Amino acid sequence: MIINSTTIPLPIDNVDTDQIIPAKFLKQIDKKGYGKNLFRNWRYLEGNTPNPSFILNAPERQNAAILLAGNNFGCGSSREHAAWAIADYGIRAIIATQFADIFKGNAYNNGILPIELEKQHVDSLTQASLDNPNLKIKIDLKRQKVVSSELGIKESFDIHPFKKQCLIEGVDETAFLINLRPEIQKFESKQTQLI
Amino acid sequence: MGKTLFDKIWDAHVVKSVAKGLDVLFIDQHYVHEVTSPQAFDGLRNRGVQVLFPERCTATTDHNVPTVNQLKPIKDPLSATQVASLRENCKEFGIDFYGIGHEKQGIVHIIGPELGITQPGMTIVCGDSHTSTHGAFGTIAFGIGTSQVEQVLAAQSLILNRPKTMKIEVRGKLGFGVSSKDVILYIISNLGTQGATRHFVEYAGAVFLNMSMEERMTICNMSIEMGARGGLVGIDDKTINYVTSKTAIDEEKIAYWKSLNTDQDAKFDQVILLKGEDIQPMVTTGTAPDTGVSFGKNIGDASHLSEKALKYMQFKPEEKVDDQKIDYVFIGSCTNGRIEDLRIVANLVKGKKKANNVSVWVVPGSMKVRRQAVKENLDKIFLEAGFEFREPGCSACLAMNDDKIPPGSLCVSTSNRNFEGRQGDGARTVLASPLTAAASAITGKITDPRVFLNDN
Ligand code: SF4
Repeated sequence: MIINSTTIPLPIDNVDTDQIIPAKFLKQIDKKGYGKNLFRNWRYLEGNTPNPSFILNAPERQNAAILLAGNNFGCGSSREHAAWAIADYGIRAIIATQFADIFKGNAYNNGILPIELEKQHVDSLTQASLDNPNLKIKIDLKRQKVVSSELGIKESFDIHPFKKQCLIEGVDETAFLINLRPEIQKFESKQTQLI
Repeated sequence: MGKTLFDKIWDAHVVKSVAKGLDVLFIDQHYVHEVTSPQAFDGLRNRGVQVLFPERCTATTDHNVPTVNQLKPIKDPLSATQVASLRENCKEFGIDFYGIGHEKQGIVHIIGPELGITQPGMTIVCGDSHTSTHGAFGTIAFGIGTSQVEQVLAAQSLILNRPKTMKIEVRGKLGFGVSSKDVILYIISNLGTQGATRHFVEYAGAVFLNMSMEERMTICNMSIEMGARGGLVGIDDKTINYVTSKTAIDEEKIAYWKSLNTDQDAKFDQVILLKGEDIQPMVTTGTAPDTGVSFGKNIGDASHLSEKALKYMQFKPEEKVDDQKIDYVFIGSCTNGRIEDLRIVANLVKGKKKANNVSVWVVPGSMKVRRQAVKENLDKIFLEAGFEFREPGCSACLAMNDDKIPPGSLCVSTSNRNFEGRQGDGARTVLASPLTAAASAITGKITDPRVFLNDN
């Protein structure tokens, strides 16, 4: 899996999932169409007018598939709707210094790659993106690298081999667990004796 | 080397290891609510699989439910559909369902303990970050996303990497008028919203041991607000008495529970030491729960306060929180919507009236809490004070129903999140203890509750 794309810089720390998708948009019973309300309250002024000063509305950021986030992205509510909104909008990878745990898991489960890099690298990518909206970054999942030849950046990132395999081969964790059901049932019958 | 409570529970639930550091963990109890489950049930239907252990799931509606005239049809068609979907899904898959009007209905994290379902030593999940509440009973309890809700429905297990462990020890004694909400706001303001990310926290020390189960639930509830995967408290007589007062438990099980506590020589990945004497009543000043400050200090002294947050809150750094005029008080949520919280509030406001400039909503956490409050005549105290006493649900904690704080209004809230727009678009939230909320309701300003309390 290789992502080669322009970026959206959003250098704000502690972006919580209430900002990514406010609670009033959690009322659907399907997974579709959340992208239009991604960052709803930051993205629109009163009366549905796009907020011209919010980065997502900048014409040159429209096709970007990589989000350059601040620290502790995705904190707060466990709502997977946040990941659905990000994926539906077209973002395929997020680079940050750290993600909140539940959001990180939700991102993986929706094919979004959460990449943690050291602050200096996130900062320089963000600055470069702010300076040049046309800057492209390449993310190579197989080699676990974030590359920008223009900036001379080639950084490695960590990912658990199992998660990597799931993303590359499209392994479905749920199907994996369903296959384990006989073993889980056996475990349960022992378990009931104590708990 | 000894083991921690967390390690003992985790190890007892590993079905198998799939890779280094990645375990298939068996889940004893799954709580389900209407917002994060519909897509998971759809997933089961698409795969053609049944729920593996329906008896290990308990469902309730809480996030969307109205808190006024609850039994009338829900006006918002989307909310109505979501609530109806859960009822149908539970029927189809054979899951216990406590819907609107059911005597056991309530906020998912309130009803689990009060029905005796939450028990020590368990692994507990829910598609909700405040599942950490159940850690008060010495459980591994944590929030999950909807894909994982589907996995637990389908296989009663999750593939998880083992979190690190952190001990937060608060020694000594709490001062006069300081409550468990103040303790957790203090801890979070020390650690920051990501101070415990990747960790499971054990709350240890005299301050937590002296707390009631309800106070411990308030503490564990907000573990997620400092990034922790969850938080738990050791199992003692209070834990056991609480559970056995709700449901029959045999001696063998109790002996097992007692054996789970952290061994003396167990090691944590991180240890934080704090002193109970340093903690004062606190309120938040910004748009994240780590922006607490104690009364008398300047707003600018609060920790982790950003320019952006100050601007949103319309606060000035040189001002004090004391005496900021408020518009709303919300008393409720899974943090502070239990009967003890309502008693504390009633005790302070008895015979007093709310200030004219505030609307006060008291929203019990469950039908059971509401019935108990009525039985104790707390409802009359609230009504005489000019408060509204409503029907149970999440209400203005996240404003998914009609209970929204209007744009720009300032609300003192006993809930757990003060994010931008959390209580309604443009709403400004100050997190506080039930005592502080009660005192503020009476004065119409953010008020140190100690002025209303008698020190002896
Ligand atoms: S009361 Fe608030 S925090 Fe608790 S479950 Fe409901 S919405 Fe979530």
